[in-house]
Formats: sequence, C-alpha cells, structure tokens
Amino acid sequence: MSEEKKVPTRPLPKLTELDTAEFWRGTKDKEFRYQKCANCGTVVWHPRAHCTGCVDGDLQWHVSAGQGTIYSYSIVRLSYHPFFRGKAPFAVAYVDLDEGPRFLTNVVGVDDPGADVHIGQRVQLHWEEYEELSVPLVTPV
Amino acid sequence: MASQKRDAAIVGIHEYPSRDVEGKVNSLQIKAASAAKALADAGLNWSDVDAIYDAGEGGPMSGLMISEYFGIQPTVIDTTGVGGSSYEFHTAHALQAIREGKAKVALLTYGSTAHSNAMAIGAGGRGGGISPGDNMETFAGQTLIANYAMVAHRHMHEYGTTSEQLAEISTATRYHAMRNPEAVQAMTDLEFVGIQETTIEDVVNSRMIADPLHLLECCMVSDGGGAVVIASPDVAANCKKPPVWILGTGEATKYPQNGADITTSAGAQSAPIAFAEAGVTPAEMDIAMIYDSFSITVLTLLEDLGFCAKGEGGAWVEGGRLRFDRPNDGPALNTDGGGLSSNHPGMRGIFLLLEATRQLRGESTSQVDDAKLAIAHGNGGMLGARHSAGTVILGRN
Repeated sequence: MSEEKKVPTRPLPKLTELDTAEFWRGTKDKEFRYQKCANCGTVVWHPRAHCTGCVDGDLQWHVSAGQGTIYSYSIVRLSYHPFFRGKAPFAVAYVDLDEGPRFLTNVVGVDDPGADVHIGQRVQLHWEEYEELSVPLVTPV
Repeated sequence: MASQKRDAAIVGIHEYPSRDVEGKVNSLQIKAASAAKALADAGLNWSDVDAIYDAGEGGPMSGLMISEYFGIQPTVIDTTGVGGSSYEFHTAHALQAIREGKAKVALLTYGSTAHSNAMAIGAGGRGGGISPGDNMETFAGQTLIANYAMVAHRHMHEYGTTSEQLAEISTATRYHAMRNPEAVQAMTDLEFVGIQETTIEDVVNSRMIADPLHLLECCMVSDGGGAVVIASPDVAANCKKPPVWILGTGEATKYPQNGADITTSAGAQSAPIAFAEAGVTPAEMDIAMIYDSFSITVLTLLEDLGFCAKGEGGAWVEGGRLRFDRPNDGPALNTDGGGLSSNHPGMRGIFLLLEATRQLRGESTSQVDDAKLAIAHGNGGMLGARHSAGTVILGRN
C-alpha cells in the first residue's frame, strides 16, 4: 500500500461505450456534438447508433452553439460519493440546449447555488478539461 | 362492478417484521421465510406453487436459482425486474398466467438487507455500469434524491406547488405509521429522531437533503421483505382467508426525452389501462397504496392516477385529506406508514400489495371502514429520468 492518499476524482465517462464514444471524443476539442436525423428531423439524445424517430434514419452529427436553458435543477446537499461529498452543496440540472438536446449537468460559477440557480435561467457551456476528454458543465450567461 | 372479471386473487400475504436484521439474515432467507408464512396464511404449501415471480434482488439469473432454494417445481418462471414496481408487474403477469390456465398458484417474494449493508440508496453515487444513458450522466454526481427533487422543482415552477403541500404526504403517512406497531418498531430500530406524529412545520423545517426535498420527505433505508400468493378462483375458494381479487393491471415505462414534461410519470400511461380493465374509477377507491419513495412521488402519482388533474395535487392533498379517518375525502394513503415511516428496503412495491390486501380483509392498523376497492401503484427507477409504473386495482368479494 502506498503512503499517498488517493484523491477522489470526478467519475468520467468511458470512451469505450460505443453509442456515446463519438460525443466524448468531440469534447476534447470542446465540441458538444449531437445527432439529428436527416430523414425525419428527430434530434436524438443521448447519442446512439439508430434514429428513434424513423426506421430508415440518417443520423448526422452537428455541433451545438453551447447556449441553453435550465429545465429543472436540484442542489445536492448530501452525497456519500467519494468525490461529490466534498463538493456539496452543488447544483445538478437538466439543461435544454437551444438545438434540442436535454442533458444532465452541473451548474458552476455561482456563489450560492441555492440562491443563484433557477428554472428558465439562460446558461452556456463551461468545459472542465481532462486528459482525454472534457466534461460539459454550464454556467449562467 | 357486475361485469368485473375475477380470474385471480391474492390469497396469502406476509410482511417480514424486522427492518434491522443486524446482518444475521440474508435476503434469500427473508424471501423464503416470508414465502412460507404467506403460503401458510393462504392454507397452501410449497408443493402447490406452479408459478414463480422474482425481481432478481437475490442474485443474477434468479430464475435458475430461486426454485431450487425454495424447493418448488413451477412451470411458469418470470424474472421481470423493473425496480420498485416489479411486484405490480408480477401481479399483472400472474393474473395473465392464471387466466390462461398456465398456473393456479403464483408466488411473489422480496428480501433485502439494504440497511444492514449500509447501502446508500438515496444519496449514493450512481452505478458503475456503462449503459449509454449512464455514460452521459454519471459525471454530474446526481443523487437519486436529487433526481426526484428535480421533478419537485419543476412541479413547483409549473403549478405553484409548495413544500407545505408536499409535506402533507409525510404527515399523513407518519400519522398512519404511529398506529402500526411494526412501523414504530422500524423507526425505533433505525434510530429515527422524534418518533411521533409530525406537523407540516416539522417537515419543512427538517434538514434539506436535495432542494427542495427535506429529510422528512425522504423514505427510510431498512431491511425487510415479504411475499404474496396469488391463486385461481377454484384454489381461492378453499383458502383460509377471503380472496382479494385482481381487477385490473397496467404497465409502462418512461425515460428522459428532449422537451418532455417530467412532472408527468409513466403512471399516466399505466393507470387508465388498469382502471378500464377493472371497470372502476379513481373516485371509487377507498385505499391508495402509492409508492412513497419521496413526497413528490405521491403528489405526481395522485395526479397521474386520476385522483385530480395535473398540477392540482398540491391543493388536493391539503388539510390532512389523505388520512384514513377522512373516508369522505377520497382514498386513504399508505395506511401502513409507507416507505417514509414503515418499510423501504429499496424496492417497496410488494408492501403496497400487502397493505392493500390487509385493508380489503379488514386487517389494517389504520383500517378504513368497509374498504372495498384499493389501488396499488409502484414506481421503479428514477421519477425524473428512466422509471417504471405498475398499477394494480384490487377489490374484495
């Protein structure tokens, strides 16, 4: 056993997951990629290999402009997760990007999450960088 | 009611009494002990069971293992696992199997040592699986409580629902729990602070766990389990206790979708199917056993099951309306004390069937006079994300 205490880190996605790998590869360049079907127009989220709107789908990758609106949120005040327990209180939110995808994320860059985060609030992407990828967080516009 | 089909009935039940087994009993032992007691309650034996239903909480490939452990030879094996509502799904499937003549006696069991294992169900991290959905979400550190809390925030935003209104769910279930000796023992064993009836102020002044949900709006994490025996009419006619008929069932799932309304659950899909099959309406229900993982779960489901319109749940529950001694105000809610104050080892769905059956037998500790009809609605998974809904309508003779 090493003397060094292992510092807990944010749980990161696996680049080996086949449906979502293309999205996460894009985050290294701070691109929020999403799929839209060229056949039926459905915006598919989470990413996957097939269109959920039609059976002869033609999914194309697009890049979001990175602006969106908070659909709902909560402030986590109790977490037993090794990393997140030290981050509490922190805000989790569903964000509706202007292009359609609704994704789960954290709202950062606020002094008091309990007072400074709201439904309907406009936010923009804020990338947290790691070696192989970046994590798409949001911050108020 | 005349046209109702009576193809299968709950004839035996048992709720495992302990909520804290101190690590001395495992989940399979809880399942087997409960099964034996439920069969005895019906006046049946292991050898009568020809259909087994299992949600897999005892281990992987439970369909291969559970019959051996019990020592039975069923010819219908169903391992539907959809979280906390699995037992409502099992009831629906047992009704179908018995109606088709494929089985006569179905056994449903549940056992969990979530408390002894110190499982952080509500405030733990998310699992390490790599389903594509999870691979997009685990980085955010959303606890299960926070997921339900997001539904509550949106409900407040859309409809003006208040924390005081949500607290009505907690005070009603605690009111019932204080009348149930097993619930009082559970709260004692789990070292609850303040084992007494609660007020709205108690609830909204309790510690915030995930905004806007307070401590007293969150279910306990207990050990426990139970069993249900479902039988055909000819078997039911010779059982020890009066049958509780399965009049209608419905199933559905829901998941995150772009632009979707998270204040409406999969229950809005499953409930109309169950009510139509049963030929009854929400207004006729005497008892509402609704999965109270959190206050918001019940409020959302009261709307989705049709007791009131979407968005009106907050006003509808005000003034202690859900208590068992207010029979003219609609159904009594979770008269055993619920997951909030009696029993929640992780998948509460089976307890909804147990207490609904007790009410229709006249055996509840918060008995509603002359209770004739009950709804048991299970919610599995996460209300604000991917979740399951199982609705069961029950009626007595």
